Amino acid sequence: MLKRALLTLLAGFFCLTASAQFRVEVSGVGLTQVPIAILPFRGDDAAPQKIGAIVAADLERSGQFRGIDTGTTVADEAVRPDVSAWRQKGADALVSGSITKLVDGRFDVRMRLWDVVRGQDLGGQSFAVVSGDLRLVAHRLADFVYEKLTGDKGVFSTRIAYITKVGKNYNLWVADADGESAQSALNSPEPIISPAWSPTGGQLAYVSFESRKPVIFVHDVATGKRKLVANFKGSNSAPAWSPDGKSLAATLTRDGGSQLYLMDAAGGEPKRLAQSSSIDTEPTFTADGRTIYFVSDRGGSPQIYRVPSTGGNPERVTFAGTYNISPALSPDGKWLAYISRINGAFKLHVMDLATGSTTPITDTVSDESPSFSPNSRLIIYATQQQGREALMTTTLDGKVKARLAGQGGDIREPDWGPFLK
Amino acid sequence: MKNLVLAVSVAVLLAACGSAVKLDNVPVVDKSGSAVAPGAGGAPSTGVGLGNVAAVDLSKSGQDAAMQAANRLVYFDYDSFVIRPEFQSLLESQARFIKASKARKVAIEGHTDERGGREYNLALGQKRAEAVRRALSLQGVDESQMEAVSFGKEKPAVLGSTEAAMEKNRRAEIVYK
Repeated sequence: MLKRALLTLLAGFFCLTASAQFRVEVSGVGLTQVPIAILPFRGDDAAPQKIGAIVAADLERSGQFRGIDTGTTVADEAVRPDVSAWRQKGADALVSGSITKLVDGRFDVRMRLWDVVRGQDLGGQSFAVVSGDLRLVAHRLADFVYEKLTGDKGVFSTRIAYITKVGKNYNLWVADADGESAQSALNSPEPIISPAWSPTGGQLAYVSFESRKPVIFVHDVATGKRKLVANFKGSNSAPAWSPDGKSLAATLTRDGGSQLYLMDAAGGEPKRLAQSSSIDTEPTFTADGRTIYFVSDRGGSPQIYRVPSTGGNPERVTFAGTYNISPALSPDGKWLAYISRINGAFKLHVMDLATGSTTPITDTVSDESPSFSPNSRLIIYATQQQGREALMTTTLDGKVKARLAGQGGDIREPDWGPFLK
Repeated sequence: MKNLVLAVSVAVLLAACGSAVKLDNVPVVDKSGSAVAPGAGGAPSTGVGLGNVAAVDLSKSGQDAAMQAANRLVYFDYDSFVIRPEFQSLLESQARFIKASKARKVAIEGHTDERGGREYNLALGQKRAEAVRRALSLQGVDESQMEAVSFGKEKPAVLGSTEAAMEKNRRAEIVYK
C-alpha cells in the first residue's frame, strides 16, 4: 500500500517535471494599451482549460492590451453587452464566449468580440475540437482579437523551441508561444545548443555534442527524423536558415578558425561565405535573404557586422562597447536585438536599424539568445532571475515582460518559430 | 610475446586513460581495442602498427605520464589563447608520444569559462584548441592525427562562478581516441 502510494507520488512528480508548466508574470506597464474586458467563458468552470483566462494572459503578455476587471458579469457570445456600462468601466473592447461539451466528447468553443466605443460587433469565431486542442483554440481566439484590434497578425498560436538541462540530461522542447504544452523533440546526455526553426516551422536545425564534438543536425519535428548535415573536421555550429529554407549558413572550423559557410539545407559541400583570420560566427539572415548579420572579432573585440549573402565586404554594425554578440533580426527588417556586455553584465539591447540608436531593455545581467516573434512585436530571450535560468518575453521597448518559468532544471536557448500556415 | 605483453599493457593504460577523462557522460567507447589490435592480433607489420612503440625510446613511465589527465590539460588566462611557458614541456612530451605511432589520434578539446554567449564561447574554445594544435604541429605532429574541436562553456570541469572555478574551466584537453 505504501509502495503504491510512493509510486503514485513518483509518477506525479515526473508528470510535473515533464510537463514543464510555465507561469506568466507581467511586470511593467506599456504606454499605449487597449483596455479590454475579457469575460470568463460560459462553461469554463467545467472545462479542462479556462479559455477566457488563456485569451486574457496571451493578450496581456503582448504588452498591447490591459485587462479590465469584469467583476461578476456573466454573459456569453450570444448576449449583446451593455456598451455604455463597459465604457464607464474604461473598456474599449469586450470578449465573451462559451465552451460546451458535445455528445461525441469534443468541445464547442465560441467567441465574439465587441467594439465597446462604437457599440459594434467585430465578429466571432467557433471551433469544435478535442480537449487536447483547447489551448491551441484559445491561442487562435487571442490571435483573432489581436489582429482585429491592432491590425497586426497575432503570434499566440505559434511555437517556440528551447533547451533544458536537468542534471546531466539535455532536452530540446517544442512548446506553445506561452511556454505551455511543451513536448520533447530530443533527449540527450550531451549538450544541445542553438536550435533554429526552419522558415516553414516544420524542422529545427541545432548543434548537438552527442558525438563528442559539435555537429549540426536538421530535425523534422513531426516525425522525429534527424539528418546530420554538418560533421566536418573541427567544430560545426551556429546554424541559420535562409528565408527560402533551401540553405543554411553555419560556422565551421574545417579550414582552421571559426569561419562562415553556406550549405544546402539537405547537406553537401559548404561554400565559404567570408574569409578572415579572426572569429566569424552567429550568422543570421535578413528576411529578404540578401544580407547576413554575424559576429566577428576582426576589430579586436566581438562586434556585429553584416555582409551580402552572396559575399562581399563586411560592414560593421555595432560600435558601442567591447562585446556585442548574438544578433537577431526582426522579420519586418526594422530592428536588431543583440547582447551587449556592459561593466561585466550581459544585457539585451535593441537597435533601430534606420537610425542606429540602441537601447538596453532589461534589468537582468545574464541575458542570452534573443529571438523575435514572427510579427516583430516581442522578443524571447534567456536570462537568470534569482540564480535560476529563465525564459522571458519582452516588448521591444522593454516595458512589458513576461516570465515563462519552467520547473526543474535550467532553461535556455529559445527560438521563436514562424507563423504556421 | 613481448609485443603482446606490451600491447596489453598499452591497452590497459589507454583504458585507464579513457575512464580518467573528467567530462560528464563521456561515452567511453573502447576504441583503444582496435588501436592495439594489429599488434595483438599478429597482423602483418606495416610499419605503422604498435610494433613501433617498442622501438621508440620512451620509458614506460614516460608513456604513463603522457596519458595521465593532468598531463593532457593546458590552462589559459582570461580572454587569452596564448600557451603559457609552463605548458611547453607538457606539449613537447605529448608531441613525442603522438608522433611515436601513426595510429595515435587525438582530439584537442577547447573550453571556456561560463561568461558570455554560448556560440561565441564555442569559437573562443576553438581558438584555444587551435593554439594547442598549432603548438603540436610545430613539434612535428601530423595534422591527420589531430582534430581541434570546442565545447565552449558547455562542459565545465568545475562547477561554480568563482575565479578559481573559472580558471580550471579555461582549458584545452588532449584526448586520445
